[in-house]
Amino acid sequence: MIDIIGKRYWWFALSLLVIIPGIVAMVYSTVQIGSPLRLGIDFTGGTRLLLPFERGRPVGEEQIRQVFVAQGIPAGNVAVQRVGRSEENTFQVRTVFLTPEKDKQIRADLQEKLGLTEAGASGEIVDPIIGKEVAERAAVAVALASLGILAYISFAFRQVPGSVRYGTCAVVALVHDVFVVTGVFSILGLLFDVEVDALFLTALLTVIGFSVHDTIVVFDRVRENMKKYVGEPFVRVVNHSIIQTLDRSINTTLTVLLTLTALFLFGGVTIRTFVGVLLLGIFSGTYSSIFNASPLLVVWEYGEIGAFFRRLGGQRQPT
Amino acid sequence: MQQRNVNLLIGIIVMALMAIWVNLPDNPGIHVDFAGIKYDREIKVHEGLDLQGGLQVLLEADAAALPDKKVDPSTMETVKGIIENRVNGLGVTEPLVQLQGANRSRIIVELPGIKDPDEAIRMFGKTGLLEFVDSGSTFLPRGTRITTDHGSTVPVTPTATTTSSATVTPAVTETQALTTTAPVTSTAPLTPTTKVYHTIMTGSEIKDAGVGLDRLQRPAVTFSLKGDGPKKFADFTTKNVGRYLAIVLDGEVVSCPVINQPITDGSGIIEGGEQGFGLDEAKSLAVVLKYGSLPVPLIQKETRTVGPTLGQESVQKSIIAGAIGLLIVVLFMLIYYRLPGLLADLALGIYALLVFALFKLIPVTLTLPGIAGFILSIGMAVDANILIFERMKEEMRSGKTLGAAIEAGFARAWTSIRDSNFSTLITCGILYWFGANFGASIVRGFAFTLAIGVLVSMFTAITVTRTFLRFTQQSWFPRPLEQEQKRLRWLFGLS
Repeated sequence: MIDIIGKRYWWFALSLLVIIPGIVAMVYSTVQIGSPLRLGIDFTGGTRLLLPFERGRPVGEEQIRQVFVAQGIPAGNVAVQRVGRSEENTFQVRTVFLTPEKDKQIRADLQEKLGLTEAGASGEIVDPIIGKEVAERAAVAVALASLGILAYISFAFRQVPGSVRYGTCAVVALVHDVFVVTGVFSILGLLFDVEVDALFLTALLTVIGFSVHDTIVVFDRVRENMKKYVGEPFVRVVNHSIIQTLDRSINTTLTVLLTLTALFLFGGVTIRTFVGVLLLGIFSGTYSSIFNASPLLVVWEYGEIGAFFRRLGGQRQPT
Repeated sequence: MQQRNVNLLIGIIVMALMAIWVNLPDNPGIHVDFAGIKYDREIKVHEGLDLQGGLQVLLEADAAALPDKKVDPSTMETVKGIIENRVNGLGVTEPLVQLQGANRSRIIVELPGIKDPDEAIRMFGKTGLLEFVDSGSTFLPRGTRITTDHGSTVPVTPTATTTSSATVTPAVTETQALTTTAPVTSTAPLTPTTKVYHTIMTGSEIKDAGVGLDRLQRPAVTFSLKGDGPKKFADFTTKNVGRYLAIVLDGEVVSCPVINQPITDGSGIIEGGEQGFGLDEAKSLAVVLKYGSLPVPLIQKETRTVGPTLGQESVQKSIIAGAIGLLIVVLFMLIYYRLPGLLADLALGIYALLVFALFKLIPVTLTLPGIAGFILSIGMAVDANILIFERMKEEMRSGKTLGAAIEAGFARAWTSIRDSNFSTLITCGILYWFGANFGASIVRGFAFTLAIGVLVSMFTAITVTRTFLRFTQQSWFPRPLEQEQKRLRWLFGLS
């Protein structure tokens, strides 16, 4: 039988290998740019341009976006929308704050390549769509939801000794997934200017939902096996439960990841960050259920919590 | 068991057919007019700004109407908040409200699914200054424009502004009412605008407002007062029984009822005069009263339609990509789980039909966050089936017969499906409550669709799949036992 629990500190180390750089990046990012993630125009505001093109000349959203991208603006920060009737051939672009030179350059490019009419193009500063307080409130909502999950799991597992542990470990796995996603996107923000938009928030909520769902499925098996194999060492029961649910974990995650990969590769550019967060988060959610939440139960059962950091990397098998 | 199963199958088929009818792109809606029951209902897909676009209205603060002719950014923050509340109060899902301009004097409002710009402005763009005006013994017909002594937004003569209503005591109200009524009676109908009426109090004293019915069972606006409101209202109505009280919105009379008896409980009703209110009219007035008046009047600058915020091209590409993704899942289930996989795919099809029908019926406005909730619930529906099938395989490997393995698979998988879905529902509840109460409608939409998806998936992944599976137990073509066992093992993916 595969011994997953035995290598538990390796799995924890692997998680920390992602999470610690992520936290460092978030701290560094907060010092450097004032927020742990590089915020997109939904959060920062920017410029709103109204661009009328020559009538009858076919212009596409993607063509317009490319002109902005060529000037070094990330694609995720160029929201292009058609306005008015289609024969008006007018588009609205919400993008970052533009310096007068860049503004001039972009207009010149749009005129040359796509036939922007000189008259009528106007630009104005706009405020953020999502206020800072919304993001902060969402964080409070997630904290409340975690408490709700903790309470429910503790209740649902009340027949198992130490049921609060199951709830706590599920919430730890949830926090793990939030840190993996935000950490990685903080790093991507610093290295590749990847920005988060309003949809990032929704994607993160989806990841949280999946994470808890996945953890409970594994825990449910532990609960069942505890009754079935009375007298077996806890560590063996947990390991056996993980192995039994492994097929299911892999298949479920695979189906979700397949759908998301299709969306990531062939979907529109405006939802790429959104799908990217889901891909990473769902993978992390499955990983944390198998390799963090369940081994953590064992760590707790054998009183290893106190020695957690000392044994980092060690592989002592509890007797 | 057999008969019950047949009944279930029939029930499932009927539900699926009903869902298909609801999902027809040109569904005629429900229009019943039978035996005194009248019911009209359109059934259509509502799509959000991000997927479909909508109407964009650009409004500008009318600085000229302010005392110092200047709009400061913090006032506009207030305006933004009020507009957001009003639009949300009218049931528009996930609107976009954004301040624009160097001094933020303009405000962009984008609304999904609204075709008529004038209707939009009527709904949320009015200043919303409500005044309870002492009109003495004069009846003012609905629609009359009048001037009052309340001096913040309505331009008034310098002499009138000196008597501000904010600090008026009941005693003063009475004397004013007495001194002004007598001469007005004869002149008011001829030159109504020259007269400066006295404002007893404004809408700022309104605590809550809603839609109720008047004596003729027509829509009307009910309200309750806060602060000094109940006392002012009680004092005035006690001393002026038999006289008129004009209710004025943005300088225009809405209704002018006679005070029949003193109103002392701090609540009242606004009726729409002779012709009454339409339901939409009453609703929008209630919303305006509930969220207060704008500190500065707004002027409508431009109105135009806008495409989806995610971009038309991007949305189209994503729909195709989503379809490819779903197709992969369907094929995966079919190849890996064979017969049960095929049945799960069928159940998944029914699941999609039911959820989409519910979205149309409730109705739910579809946005990308909403679709994210939907996708997650599809994942959970597939997961429930995978859990059951893996369990069935285990039971069959341990030597159980097919029938016993099916029942055991469902029974054993049930606890994990129950607990995982229930915790998801708890999360949905908290997120929905939070999104609705703390102005994060993006969170609310997600939570709502996810909750619907989870509930429906519990039904389809369990009841529907099980009903289908039970039919596979019987052998349609009798074969020797050994061959039959082999066939079943292959169909259920064991060999």
